[in-house]
Amino acid sequence: MTSDNPGRGAAATPPAGAARRRAGATAAGGRLRRRVGTVLRIAAALALAGGVYAGFAPGSATAAKDPASLSPAGQEGKALFDTNCTSCHGPDAQGVAGKGPSLVGVGAASVEFQVSSGRMPMARQEAQALRKRPVFTYDQTRQLAQYVQELGGGPQIPEGSMKLPGGTPEEQAAAVARGGTLFRINCASCHANAGGGGALSSGKFAPDLEPANDRQIYAAMLTGPQNMPVFGDNQLTPEQKREIIAYVHTLKAQEPGGWGLGKLGPVTEGMAIFLLGMTALIFTTLWIAGKS
Amino acid sequence: MKKRARIDVKALPGTAANAADERLQVARPLRAVFNKVFPDHWSFLLGEIALFSFIVLLLTGVFLTLYFDPSMSHVTYNGSYLPLRGVHMTRAYETTLHISFDVRGGLIMRQMHHWAALLFMASIVIHMFRIFFTGAFRKPRELNWVIGVTLFIVGFLAGFTGYSLPDDGLSGTGLRIAHAIMLSIPVIGSWTANSLFSGEFPGPGAILPRAYIAHVLLIPGILLALISVHLGLVFKQKHTQWPGPGRTNTNVVGERMFPRYVIKQGGFFAIVFGVIALMGGLLTINPIWLFGPYEAAAVSAASQPDWYVMFLDGSTRLMPPWEIRAFGHTLPPLFWPTVVLPGVMFTLAMAYPFIEARRNRDTAIHNLLQRPRDVPERTALGAMAVAFYLVLTISGGNDPLAENFDISLNAMTWAGRIGLLIVPPIAYWAAYRICLGLQQHDREVLAHGVETGIIRRLPNGQFVEVHQPLAAPDAHGHTELEYTGWVVPKKMNRVGALAPAIKGFFYPVEEPAPPALPQAERRELESSGTR
Repeated sequence: MTSDNPGRGAAATPPAGAARRRAGATAAGGRLRRRVGTVLRIAAALALAGGVYAGFAPGSATAAKDPASLSPAGQEGKALFDTNCTSCHGPDAQGVAGKGPSLVGVGAASVEFQVSSGRMPMARQEAQALRKRPVFTYDQTRQLAQYVQELGGGPQIPEGSMKLPGGTPEEQAAAVARGGTLFRINCASCHANAGGGGALSSGKFAPDLEPANDRQIYAAMLTGPQNMPVFGDNQLTPEQKREIIAYVHTLKAQEPGGWGLGKLGPVTEGMAIFLLGMTALIFTTLWIAGKS
Repeated sequence: MKKRARIDVKALPGTAANAADERLQVARPLRAVFNKVFPDHWSFLLGEIALFSFIVLLLTGVFLTLYFDPSMSHVTYNGSYLPLRGVHMTRAYETTLHISFDVRGGLIMRQMHHWAALLFMASIVIHMFRIFFTGAFRKPRELNWVIGVTLFIVGFLAGFTGYSLPDDGLSGTGLRIAHAIMLSIPVIGSWTANSLFSGEFPGPGAILPRAYIAHVLLIPGILLALISVHLGLVFKQKHTQWPGPGRTNTNVVGERMFPRYVIKQGGFFAIVFGVIALMGGLLTINPIWLFGPYEAAAVSAASQPDWYVMFLDGSTRLMPPWEIRAFGHTLPPLFWPTVVLPGVMFTLAMAYPFIEARRNRDTAIHNLLQRPRDVPERTALGAMAVAFYLVLTISGGNDPLAENFDISLNAMTWAGRIGLLIVPPIAYWAAYRICLGLQQHDREVLAHGVETGIIRRLPNGQFVEVHQPLAAPDAHGHTELEYTGWVVPKKMNRVGALAPAIKGFFYPVEEPAPPALPQAERRELESSGTR
C-alpha cells in the first residue's frame, strides 16, 4: 500500500501496522490525542445521555445498538458518527429518507473508502460525492469503520499489503499483464483505458484513478461505492484484485511517449494540434510573409 | 596553385547548367518556371502546411511499413513492454508494440506520423477557410475547390484506415462503428459490409490487410495524384492575389519562384518538419500500449476518433433514437447522422462555387481576392457552416468535456442538440453584422480620415477628435476616396505620420526608422485636420 492518508502524500510504503504506529507518532499526534480525548468525553456524555434516555424510553432501546456491546474502537467510532454523520445517515446509521442511505451492513471497507478519500462527509447533496481532503485522520476513519462494521457486518478490507505476493520478475510481469486484461474488461468501460475516468449519465462520473491509493481501489472494487458496481470476491478474487491494483500502478507510472496530455485520448490530441501545432505554424506564416 | 586556377569556381554553376541543358534541353522550360511570380501574403502559406505535412507523412510512413505487419493471426506478446507480456493479440498489434518499444526511434516515428496526420487535416481545413472567405474558389478555380474538398475526404479515409491498423482497443472500436454505419445503409448495407469484412465482423482476418493496402498504396496514390493536379492547376491558373496598388485582375505581383520563393518555402518546410518532430518527441499521441489488444467486450470510456472524424461521432451522439420500420424493413437512426449528413455536407461544400455564381449571375473571371467583410453574405454563410461543424465536433468529445468540467453528460447532449439548431443562425447574424460594421468603418476613414487620438476642445466647450484626412479634404472636411478592396490605413503610423511600430517579438530586430516627415510639415498636417 502506498499511503494511509492521501492528503499527507507520504510515499513510503511500510506495512499497515507500522503506518498506524507512525500516524500516532507524527507532529499531529498531540492534536490527535486532544481530539481523541474530546471524543472520549463526548462519547461518555453521549453514552450517559443515551443511557438515561433509554431508561425513560424503553421502546427505542431495541432499535439502538447497545453501546456497551461495542468494542472500544467501535465506541469511539460511534461518538464520531453521532457528531458528524447522523444528519444524513440518521441515528444508529438507520438512514434518512432523501438524504442518506442506511449504513447497516455496508461494512468497514465501504466506510474506509468513502471517509479516507474525503468523499464523506459530503460537502453538499449532488449527483455524486467528490473526492476532497479527508476530514478524519486514519485512526478516526478506522474507528468509524469499526463502528459501522459492528452495526451490521459487511465486507472488510483484508489487512496487510495490497502488493502482489513476491515472485520472480517474470511472474510479477505476468501478474501485471493479467491485471491489465482484467482492467480492460472490467474497469476501462467507465474509468477509461488510461484510468483517467469517464462521464456517466446526469452528472455522475467514474473518477480518475490517479489519486486513489491501494486500499481505496481495493475497497471500491469490494463495495461498489456510488455508481460503481460491486466486484465481489466471486467475480474478482482477492488475487485478481491485487493484480488489477498492480496494473493501475503501471498506468500511473509510465509515459514513454512524452507528456500524456491528460491521457484523455483524441479530444486533447485534437486540441493540441490546433492550439500548439497550427498556432505555431500560423505565426510562422506571418513571420515568413512579413520578411519580403 | 596552378592546378586550382584551372577550375573557375565562379563559372561552375554556369558550366554545369550548360552541360545539363546541352543534354536535357531544359533551359527554356526551367526559365519559365524559375521566373514564375507568386504573390506574397501569410494566408497563402496555409496550404503549404498541408503539403509539407504530407511529405512528413510519406517519409515516416515508409519507415513504419518496414516493421509493421497487418496480419490478424494470433500471437502471444513477448516483447519488452512488461504489462502486456503473455497477452494474446494479433500480429498487427504486436508489431505496433514492437515499433513503439523495440525499434530504435520507432516510437517517435509513430508519433510524428500521427501528429503529421492531424496537422495535415487541420491545415487542409484552415486552408479551406482561407479559400472560402476570400472568394478564391470563384471562376476559373471551381475545379480546384472541388479537388480540395475531395482531398479532405480522401485524407479522412487515409486517417481512418491508419487509425484502424494497429488493432488496439480504439482501432477495433472504430472499425466496429464503421461496420455498423455500413450496415445502416438501406439495400446495399449488409452486402457492402460483408464484402469488405469478408463476413460478419471482424471477419476471417481480411479487413486489416485490406485497410493496410488502402492506407499505404491506394489512398496515398490518390492523394499524390490529386495534390499534383491541385498544384498544377494553381501553377496553370496562377495564384490569386489581394487587390492593391498595381495589382489588377490580369497580372500577378509578387516574388519570382527562384530564388526567393524557393528559399522561403524550403525554410518553411524545415519549420513544419520541426514542429511535427517536436510534438512527436514531447507529446504522447495514441498510446496504444494503454489501450490493449482489441476485444469486442472491452470498450473504453472516452473512445473517440481523431478530431476530423469527431463531427460524425458528435452527430451520432446528438441524433435522437428514431428508428423507422416500414414494409418489413428497418431504417436505423444511425443512417441519418453518419451517411446522410456527411453526404449533404460534402455535396453542399463541393457545389458552393456553382451555387454562388448562379445566385449572383456571375460569369466573370476573378483573379483578385475579396476581403471577407466585403461579401457579408458569404462570410456569414461560412461562419454558419463553421459553427455547425464546431457544435458537432464538440459534441463528439462531450464525455471527456462533461467529466473534466463537471457538467452533466445529459446536459451536454441537449446543449448540442439545441445548439446545433440555434448556434449557426446566431453565427450567421453576428458575422453579417460584424462585416457591415467593418465596411462602415472603412468608409468612415476614407471620408473623414484616420483617428489621431488627439482630442480638441472647441470654444463652445465641445470636444472633437482630430482626424487626419487621407487626401486633401473639400470645404466640408470630407475626402472622396474610393474603396479599392484593400486595407484602409487606420493608424497614424500607417500613413507615415508617426514612426513605424518597432519590429521584433522579444527585442527590436531593427532600429526604428526616424519619422518620415519633418516637424514643420507634421504641424501643418495636424492643423489641416482640425475642423
